[in-house]
Amino acid sequence: MHNIKTKQFTFAFPPNELILESGKKLGPITIAYETYGKLNKEKTNAILVTHALSGDAHASGSHEEDGIVGWWDKLIGPEKFIDTNKFFVICSNILGGCRGSTGPASINPNTKKEYATDFPIISIGDIVNVQKELVGHLNINKLLSVIGGSMGGMQVLQWMITYPEKIKSAIPIATTMKHTPQQIAFNEVGRQAIISDPNWKKGRYYGSKIPAKGLALARMIGHITYMSDDSMKIKFGRRFKLNKENYKFGAEFEVEEYLHYRGDSFVKRFDPNSYLYITKAMDYFNIVNGKRLGSIFKGLKAKVLVISFKSDWLYPSQQSQKIVKACKLAWVKTTYCNISSNYGHDAFLLEVKEEGQIIKHFLNSVLSKD
Amino acid sequence: MKGITIKNPENLIEFKTILNWINEESSVLDLGCGDGELLSLLVKKKRVQAQGIEINQQAIEKCIIKGLNVFQEDIDSGLSDYPEKSLDYVILNQTFQQVKKPAFVLEEALRVSRKTIVGFPNFLHLSSRLKMCFGGKVPVTKSLPYKWYDTPNLHFFSIADFTEYCKTKGIKIEETVVISKNKKVRVLPNIFGEIGLFLLSK
Repeated sequence: MHNIKTKQFTFAFPPNELILESGKKLGPITIAYETYGKLNKEKTNAILVTHALSGDAHASGSHEEDGIVGWWDKLIGPEKFIDTNKFFVICSNILGGCRGSTGPASINPNTKKEYATDFPIISIGDIVNVQKELVGHLNINKLLSVIGGSMGGMQVLQWMITYPEKIKSAIPIATTMKHTPQQIAFNEVGRQAIISDPNWKKGRYYGSKIPAKGLALARMIGHITYMSDDSMKIKFGRRFKLNKENYKFGAEFEVEEYLHYRGDSFVKRFDPNSYLYITKAMDYFNIVNGKRLGSIFKGLKAKVLVISFKSDWLYPSQQSQKIVKACKLAWVKTTYCNISSNYGHDAFLLEVKEEGQIIKHFLNSVLSKD
Repeated sequence: MKGITIKNPENLIEFKTILNWINEESSVLDLGCGDGELLSLLVKKKRVQAQGIEINQQAIEKCIIKGLNVFQEDIDSGLSDYPEKSLDYVILNQTFQQVKKPAFVLEEALRVSRKTIVGFPNFLHLSSRLKMCFGGKVPVTKSLPYKWYDTPNLHFFSIADFTEYCKTKGIKIEETVVISKNKKVRVLPNIFGEIGLFLLSK
């Protein structure tokens, strides 16, 4: 699938700004999005795909200008697991992101300069409210499904709570109802790496050197948590880049080189301030919030498919099982799969064969339920 | 029975019996639901609110194709998610002899359900007895089709064993149906029965 173009939708023009969960106002808001496949006449085949921390609107196909392939291209496309001959798939860059949607690197209409740290703190709820505006703009009243992994999964859970009547099904993957202290801790180390980079300058680095070292370091830490002990052993072993020890502090082991490469390439496409805002939104996310487990999804009519991966230690299966338990107690129609994979958290992007098969069957059963 | 595609599941006396015991529009949890044959039959014929628990990935996919709600979980880890008497029925059909801790699983099933249905192969069916006594080998029969080194069955017991167990634990046997060759057995069930089906409550 070529010729995929990212489109934009702008709304919330003053004085009708979007009111954020924090109470602050934000507008206008531009949202970058892509669509794949055709919306049917009845408008009943639309699926919203929500991306993770470092993702963007480009989920499937390849862009003509640079040939970059979408982040979930293995899963979404014509005759793929999420078949775009059958479904109309939407993916948008989140609010606070840096890939075409309004975020800290966007121009603040009041100052005509980048928002930087004047950008308001946003939540997963705000991100989802913006997605709902986009879905409305596309004239869709009810989504067939919302699908996403990791932070994308948090957005799916938020849809289940905020807009239960707007979704026919939901697929939260490798995610959680709230971060544990360990998950917050990893995010905080990433944020501190950026903030302590002298180029960060309280976020006002636009137009000068960006805190590249800090962002790369944050990404390196992130990548360790996305893999598993086994997947790293298989991928790198203890192999050296140059076949022997060099007795110097540089990237000698293949695993070191890989992390450096991942860090450096991330800097080219991601805004450090977005990293701060988005990880903060993830840490604040908490749909349990003292509620009884059985009351969280009470009354939800949508069918839910929860997926986790056995080797995922960043968002371990137990967190998905907690979601399943909350669904069970609320008598939500739920299916749960705990997939064997040694890819760790990254499995939701990489281990698409089993995951895709399950999603495909599930979507077909939702589609045929009319 | 598990893993074998059944052509006309509604003709199986085993399924017919279970269907008979279950009320319309009740809530049912099938532990070890396999491909979901029984559950989808219950949804069709009795419009039950169905949930299944299954460990096998391929079986789960087949359940999803049938549109069933199924959890990939280990039965042995228990039913702690469910409050007391929160389900109308829990079914343990042809899985009871395969769990590691049958006493615990049955106790849990009885706790969370109003009624529990248990179905298992009678280890002391006549053909088994003959094969053991005269063949001198662990029996391989129609209802116990596995070799000793490759069987999912962890516990071997008879209809009499199970009946006695229920008595000692104060489990009420509401109904019993013993089956052989797809027919009900009325005479000497512990000898002529291949499959025992029990409707229990506590």
